Amino acid sequence: MLHIKTLLSRKSLFPKVASLDVGQGRLIEKRRVALVQRDSISGRALVTVVAIMTFLATLSAGAAFLVAQASDGWQHQVSQEMTIQVRPAEGRSLDKDAAAAAALARATRGIASVRIVSKAESERLLQPWLGSGLNFDALPIPRMIIVKLGNGAPPDLQALNAALAKAVPNAALDDHRLWLQRLDTMAGTMETGAVLVFMLVLVATALAVGFATRGAMAGNRDIIDVLHFVGASDGYIAREFQGHFLRLGATGAASGALLAVLIYAAAGLFEHFAMATAGGDQLRALFGSFSIGSRGYGVIAMIALGIALLTAFMSRSVVIRHLRGLY
Amino acid sequence: MGGAAGLPHMKGITFLVRFENVSLSYDGEHATLRDVNFAIEQHSFQFLTGPSGAGKTSLLRLMLMALKPTSGQISVFGRRVETLSKPQLTAARRRIGVVFQDFRLLDHLTVYDNVALPLRVLGQPESKYGPEVIELLQWVGLGDRMRVLPAVLSGGEKQRTAIARALIGRPELLLADEPTGNVDPTLARRLLRLFAELHRSGTSVVIATHDLGLMEQFAGAKRLVLADGRLHVFEPHS
Ligand SMILES: Nc1ncnc2c1ncn2[C@@H]1O[C@H](COP(=O)(O)OP(=O)(O)OP(=O)(O)O)[C@@H](O)[C@H]1O
Ligand SMILES: [Mg+2]
Repeated sequence: MLHIKTLLSRKSLFPKVASLDVGQGRLIEKRRVALVQRDSISGRALVTVVAIMTFLATLSAGAAFLVAQASDGWQHQVSQEMTIQVRPAEGRSLDKDAAAAAALARATRGIASVRIVSKAESERLLQPWLGSGLNFDALPIPRMIIVKLGNGAPPDLQALNAALAKAVPNAALDDHRLWLQRLDTMAGTMETGAVLVFMLVLVATALAVGFATRGAMAGNRDIIDVLHFVGASDGYIAREFQGHFLRLGATGAASGALLAVLIYAAAGLFEHFAMATAGGDQLRALFGSFSIGSRGYGVIAMIALGIALLTAFMSRSVVIRHLRGLY
Repeated sequence: MGGAAGLPHMKGITFLVRFENVSLSYDGEHATLRDVNFAIEQHSFQFLTGPSGAGKTSLLRLMLMALKPTSGQISVFGRRVETLSKPQLTAARRRIGVVFQDFRLLDHLTVYDNVALPLRVLGQPESKYGPEVIELLQWVGLGDRMRVLPAVLSGGEKQRTAIARALIGRPELLLADEPTGNVDPTLARRLLRLFAELHRSGTSVVIATHDLGLMEQFAGAKRLVLADGRLHVFEPHS
């Protein structure tokens, strides 16, 4: 047996190290064991909670994103185009009326382009629905004029409407504005709703992650105490826990975010294949594109990062509060 | 360590810990400690004794700065505890080794990692402290148990692990709460000899115990007896 005096005098220690057997040498070189228990039930529960909440948060963020994107699309398309319909009238030339209406439209400020859909074009569009055996000349097919608005101030549609009524009474300006307004309100409501849902999910996420972190920390109070009494500084203890919980949070957040990304990718793929079909077109018209784009993925990454940081921060605050009570 | 530098002297004696009129009450009603006055001298060896519930553990906790007294003054290494900043408290704690009555080993760390803890939290690399830890473990007879978790240890082995953890930082003051409570008389005597040797190498030792037989083996040691909340000091009859 060694003498404690020799043991405690530093100089004597190192010559003896050389004689340590291989097994002990390996003991020294092995990877550092975490001071905080790596694999615990509460830790795993925390990872699960974080993963689920991240998934829900990113999903609702994506939904808000899609709604915003789709409603933007509607507004854009609708607000950029109007049509003037010129109906055939007894004793009037449809071509002349169309030309007159188009001229009036062209003369209106704020209108970028005016295009008369030719008779042949109309016929080609309508033929599948009316049958090829028909004589189109005998049918009262209205002539369409597509009016594209400029990006500047909106045109005075009321004035155009009045002018049309005077010069070409059989022309009707199909003003989308009323519909547009309703759509705008609806899209706005949907957007607000989606953002609200996202915020609620975010708050729920913060609370759930916060509580789960506290729960996981509860079993670690003994570790904090022991580290404290063997002379660890408060900063050291806080860092140990913070690092550990950042890892837990990052694991959970990454899994949740990955799942959300996979779902969006799958939806995008589905859309890609369905695009050729009429159903796909309708879907597209209604919801715009399913792909959330790089900005969407950026948002998902930010949410995941935020949740992981929140986990670390919560554990740190539990440690600090506990240590404050210790003296 | 720095020896007597910076420590208070009184009639040529250096104190590591000093209690002045210290009282402690957990609930504000019953006093666990009343008007306690004593000092732990440098290079001293003393038993802290008294019946169960007398307040031995509480007194050690006060010395460890784990607890604030209800009234009175406690000085550690020459400084009033309540005047110390957090880093100063941490620094003072590093000069004290403690063996808890319930060991307080970390269940998920091996014996080796538990004992290494006080050096590890100083930020030392394992290459530096590893050999010391192994040597100390061999010295307390746990050379072949260092890779196991505390859960598989016997009571005595846990106790020796806790003692090794208290010693690894070469403390100036060792506080041991009932360190022979879980071991057979032979091992108890061996552990006591360990503490005695530690004392001879310059460490001040405070051992809380109610094992009279143990104290009689070290008749030269000072006895601090807690009874009814008051501390009675018995100097060895040399
Ligand atoms: N954290 C606490 N809160 C309230 N009361 C406490 C606390 N710790 C100890 N006490 C009380 O203080 C008194 C002294 O307890 P302490 O543990 O110091 O005694 P002890 O001398 O160490 O006893 P033992 O020999 O059984 O270990 C007891 O009456 C105990 O119930
Ligand atoms: Mg006790």
